[in-house]
Amino acid sequence: MKVLSPRSLDEACALLARDPAPRPIAGATDILVHWPDNLNAKAETETYLDISALSDLRHITREDDVLTLGALTTYWDVIQSQACRDDFPMLLDAARQVGSVQIQSRGTWAGNIVNASPAADGVPVLMAYDATVVLRSKSGEMEVRLDEFYSGYKQMQRRPDQLITAIRIPRRTYDTQIFEKVGPRRAQAISKVGLAITHSTEGWRVVAAAVAPMILRCKSVEALLESGAPVRSPDDLAQAIDQDVAPIDDIRSTREYRQRVLARLIYHDLKGVLPAFS
Amino acid sequence: MPDSNNINVEFTLNGNPISIDVAPRDRLLDTLRYALDLTGAKEGCGEGECGACTVYLDGVPANSCLIPTYQVSGRAIDTIESIPADALSDMLASGATQCGACTPGVVMTACWLKRHPELLKTHTVRELMAGNLCRCTGYDGIIDGITDGCQSNYDRGNAS
Repeated sequence: MKVLSPRSLDEACALLARDPAPRPIAGATDILVHWPDNLNAKAETETYLDISALSDLRHITREDDVLTLGALTTYWDVIQSQACRDDFPMLLDAARQVGSVQIQSRGTWAGNIVNASPAADGVPVLMAYDATVVLRSKSGEMEVRLDEFYSGYKQMQRRPDQLITAIRIPRRTYDTQIFEKVGPRRAQAISKVGLAITHSTEGWRVVAAAVAPMILRCKSVEALLESGAPVRSPDDLAQAIDQDVAPIDDIRSTREYRQRVLARLIYHDLKGVLPAFS
Repeated sequence: MPDSNNINVEFTLNGNPISIDVAPRDRLLDTLRYALDLTGAKEGCGEGECGACTVYLDGVPANSCLIPTYQVSGRAIDTIESIPADALSDMLASGATQCGACTPGVVMTACWLKRHPELLKTHTVRELMAGNLCRCTGYDGIIDGITDGCQSNYDRGNAS
């Protein structure tokens, strides 16, 4: 096992252009769980690109129309950030439900994105805020919408030679911002079902976690909300949800539970918010 | 740029500068326990759940089982060995420890919390202590011990 420690972003991008590309590592909270003596021969031959010392990537920047989280921004950084608290309270809601302080102080939002767990807590709120991912490589920079970033289980738009350098979140006025995480306990738990809902002049965003191979927008549910069609019970959401998600049975929960709970969460969260929900 | 298998790491450990050669795979927990003879931090789960290995990284609690040692280059690490013994008195009085396996980690997070009473404006003691699992006490003794040591008003666990 080898670690490369670039001193600049340009150097990092040059190293990522190697074949095979080294694997970026920052907060290490996901990677080290599978790291030490135990497991696989693969870890022994793997080369890591440690970006944790690239301090240019650790910032939270508020501009007129966008909030930017540098790639090294941790959950704890967000919890401490007045800019995040003011404009994007769901970021704090989600950050506080990731692991514990010991994890929040180390884990990064960009790491949450590239770890690509279908049960991630940071991704749903970012997606519900229409966040974009800034990807940089030796050949240049590009920006991808987070809701178009994943294409399947752990499949994403990032090429091996690209590094996430920032997450950009458009600043808008929201009249609805709801984050829900259902797990076996409040802390240190991996989600059985996650949900983030927002509404702004751009419309509804309904993002579900742990109910499909990847975190995704529930576009049928969004269309139902836009239509104003009456919703009188969680059952009235079932058809739209069925079109949007594909939960599985696994060690944490069952397909049936996840689908039913998702419907109940959306229903009870929006009852009293939307006239169509009664 | 280090591109070899062994890495020299210089950092501040319990207030003192230190220099040590480590392998890229070495975890801070193992470096502390087996290379530096600081055995206060314990390995419980080894995957960031239990908090028995809690240390401060630049003053904030972190799980040393999830920190590659090479990453602490230029940074400050504090372990349970840096905590004065009298920091335990409130916790002893409230029965916050029994078998002791979780205690070093619990005390680390508790002492950090006591030094940052401003956190109790937004967080409860229980939320801040959620990363330290204890299988003996049922937590009430721990929460009471911390509460008794805190000057601030706070909620016992039901505020947002």
